[in-house]
Amino acid sequence: MPPWLNESLTWGNALVLFLWAVVFLFIVLGFVTYAIYFERKVIGWMQQRVGPNRVGPLGLFQTVADIFKLLIKEDTIPSKADRLLFIIAPALAYIPAFSVLAVLPYTQNLYFADLNVGLLYYVALSGISTLGIVLGGWASNNKYALLGGMRSAAQMISYEVPLVISVVGVILLSGSLNLRDIVAAQDGGWFWNWNFLPQIIGFVVFVIAAVSELNRTPFDLPEAESELVAGYHVEYSGFRFAFFMLSEYVYVYAIAALTTVLFLGGWHAPVPFLDFVPGIVWFLLKFAFIVFFLFWIRATFPRIRVDQLMGLGWKVLLPVSLLNIFLTAAYLELFIKR
Amino acid sequence: MSEEQKNKEKALTDSEGASPVDPEREAKLKAAAEARAARAAAKEKADAEAAEAAPPEPKPPSPKQPELDAIVALIRQQAADDAVEDAYVNELNGDMPTVIVKNDHWRSVSQLLKHNEQLQFNYLRNVSGVDYESHMEVVYHMVSLGSKREAAIKVKTERDGASVYSATPVWATANWNEREIFDLLGIDFPGHPDMRRIMMPDDWVGHPLRKDYEPLDSEV
Amino acid sequence: MIRTEELLLNVGPQHPSTHGVFRIVVKLDGEVITEATPVMGYLHRGTEKIAENLNFTQIIPYTDRMDYVSAMTNNYVLVHAVETMMGLEVPLRAEFLRLIVMELQRVASHLVWWGTYLLDIGAMSPFLYAFRDREIIIDLFNELCGARLTYNYMRVGGVKWDAPPGWMDKVRDFIPYMEKKLEEYDKLVSGNEIFLARIKGIGKYDAATAIDYGLSGANLRCTGVDWDLRKAEPYSLYSQFEFDVPLGQNGDCYDRYRIRLEEIRQSLRILKQAVPQFPEDGETMGKVPRVIRPPAGETYVRIESPRGEIGCHIVSKGKAEPYRLKFRRPSFVNLQILPKLLVGETMTNLITILGGVDIVVGEVDC
Repeated sequence: MPPWLNESLTWGNALVLFLWAVVFLFIVLGFVTYAIYFERKVIGWMQQRVGPNRVGPLGLFQTVADIFKLLIKEDTIPSKADRLLFIIAPALAYIPAFSVLAVLPYTQNLYFADLNVGLLYYVALSGISTLGIVLGGWASNNKYALLGGMRSAAQMISYEVPLVISVVGVILLSGSLNLRDIVAAQDGGWFWNWNFLPQIIGFVVFVIAAVSELNRTPFDLPEAESELVAGYHVEYSGFRFAFFMLSEYVYVYAIAALTTVLFLGGWHAPVPFLDFVPGIVWFLLKFAFIVFFLFWIRATFPRIRVDQLMGLGWKVLLPVSLLNIFLTAAYLELFIKR
Repeated sequence: MSEEQKNKEKALTDSEGASPVDPEREAKLKAAAEARAARAAAKEKADAEAAEAAPPEPKPPSPKQPELDAIVALIRQQAADDAVEDAYVNELNGDMPTVIVKNDHWRSVSQLLKHNEQLQFNYLRNVSGVDYESHMEVVYHMVSLGSKREAAIKVKTERDGASVYSATPVWATANWNEREIFDLLGIDFPGHPDMRRIMMPDDWVGHPLRKDYEPLDSEV
Repeated sequence: MIRTEELLLNVGPQHPSTHGVFRIVVKLDGEVITEATPVMGYLHRGTEKIAENLNFTQIIPYTDRMDYVSAMTNNYVLVHAVETMMGLEVPLRAEFLRLIVMELQRVASHLVWWGTYLLDIGAMSPFLYAFRDREIIIDLFNELCGARLTYNYMRVGGVKWDAPPGWMDKVRDFIPYMEKKLEEYDKLVSGNEIFLARIKGIGKYDAATAIDYGLSGANLRCTGVDWDLRKAEPYSLYSQFEFDVPLGQNGDCYDRYRIRLEEIRQSLRILKQAVPQFPEDGETMGKVPRVIRPPAGETYVRIESPRGEIGCHIVSKGKAEPYRLKFRRPSFVNLQILPKLLVGETMTNLITILGGVDIVVGEVDC
């Protein structure tokens, strides 16, 4: 793809790009379908039950059936809702989720856009999704949805900051915002060259903030079903609800890929003698581990309270991530003169 | 056979009149009549047995009698001389000291029961209302958590315009119990902070647990 | 200036965390509650009115449906009240069976509470673990009386069914199993930092308030008041067994949580002593007149249900039907403190506190 991107935009090029986007959309949809299946199976296994096993062999088509059900459902819009915003909100939540995937590299050669400010692009766009959630909550004209939307806004502001600051250490180490360069900078042959060890503080802060950005347990306050019924999407049904669900899982994909790229050495093998295994396999293994980790957390933890969430974000994660920048900068200045 | 049962029987035969040829129903009715006869016979027998078994000699005084006397004496002394209408030991309830307090004096007596140093009935376990058809009654079951002494206090009130002074200022737990009694039996509790219906809808007419309550649909 | 408005929010009657059709109308300032008004009656079935037209054996199934999480103790309070009035003797084997099922029921009820409370707080797995273990007890009851939730098991003067062969061995096997699982529960949940931060110091009240509001069960004992009717006013065979009454100090949700888990352990301890003492054979029904007519008069008996003091006040006129039957339902009484606890708390704590009170709406509304 990269050559296509660098050429001038003609109708033919635009068509090819569009088709690639469609292909990629289906790949992502496939991931989401089986991520949900995988989540249900994993959590079922952790909770000593079977999980989906009825639709298709081993229940493999369960999610397909679920999505189909959502698509044929009646599309309801509350009469007192703000109609336009109500309709826009799911799309507004989903489009950035899909757009951020453009900059993620999978191997040395398999990537879509080679953006020199890739990380900045990711962070900037992912913030827009929250706007969709807040708008959806507000436009529903429902008190629970409003509370969920406001919580989401508060959460975004509190956790976007430590999330960005925690990766500054990585940027300092690799000297680039380009995600491919960041992976390349971690190539030392051994797994301790990956950023998660030198940047252990940043890594921990990043994981916590990322789970919070995903609105997943234990930070699933915007849709805390035991408190706010369903939070921001309480009035949504059918395919509009499916879009919120979809964007949540696309973000799971994005965060898992981003964590792999930033901290787990992307497509590099953990030890030099395993280099013969293709990079994409390593990438997928690490990626799958992160996804599994997210599901594992969901099956284990209770939900944090909203004021504790704010306290954790501002009083712990932010100072710690700032300290991380200082330490990294001091280390680079004192030991590695450029 | 009670008046109620007779009425029921009458209703049954009346409804039977509507469909005279129904063998299944007839058989059922016959079975019911037989069962009634058997029950009546059993009751006669039980009554006879009870009459035989009735002990003629007077029972020894209850061990709780001094407790009761102390409560009554305290109420008479500290609240009002005529505050106690009646007092007895309820043998059916493990010799529970039971005091019937006059409605006019209930307010001061309730204060006394909780705060008096000898009584200290600090824990109100239950409040029930009873419709005796001749009058209404509110029963307070209380216990002192320290000494584990119990007492049942009854307050009588007329059926029309039934009203008993609220115990909520004394025991906070009386709050919803009194609301429930108001809702289901129609006894008003002046001095209650929030007297509304609690179980039935706000616009409900009548008080269901009253004996003269006519259900909306008596068949249900 | 920013203009803020109070938000009037209806929590319930259809809400995932009100444990049934219970409703609280809260006024919110942001997420802080300024006023809370509980509204109930959505499950009011008029049990007390229905009971006035039924004889006592017919009322027993209605008691199952009050506190449907703990039907056995409800059965017991009614039959115990009638037995007290009539002065009936219950055969030892029947009384043992009653005690064993009541303690099993207490374990099952606390397991439901534990699971649903964790679910309220946002943890999903404990709910399934708790129900997995409760299922064993349910199966035991099913084998005993053919029902899984509403047992209709006890009768005035005894119990309806004798224990089938091998049943007591299954109860014996259950005790060590459950003890092991409790350790697992503690490992998974009791030390979790997020969980502790959620429940420590939340919904606090002192002993004087608890007594004033007539709270009972773990809600009273969490303030340090030593008042368990099994010890304080022993009924059934409880005076024969050794067990402790777990107490708290702070009166917060954490203490209530700890007490309930500890009560499961103490129930298992009672079961451990009761199962070997179970009489080899004997009657399961005492000598009871064919028609149960308590003498004219009244009685109030109370026992310790998993939720607190459940009482039964019978006014009899010497007929087969009660003249008036009133149940003192612990959930109903315990819930009264809720409006007081909620003011100044956040929406999230509403769920924590309400869950900590442990209500069953069937019992609140009756």
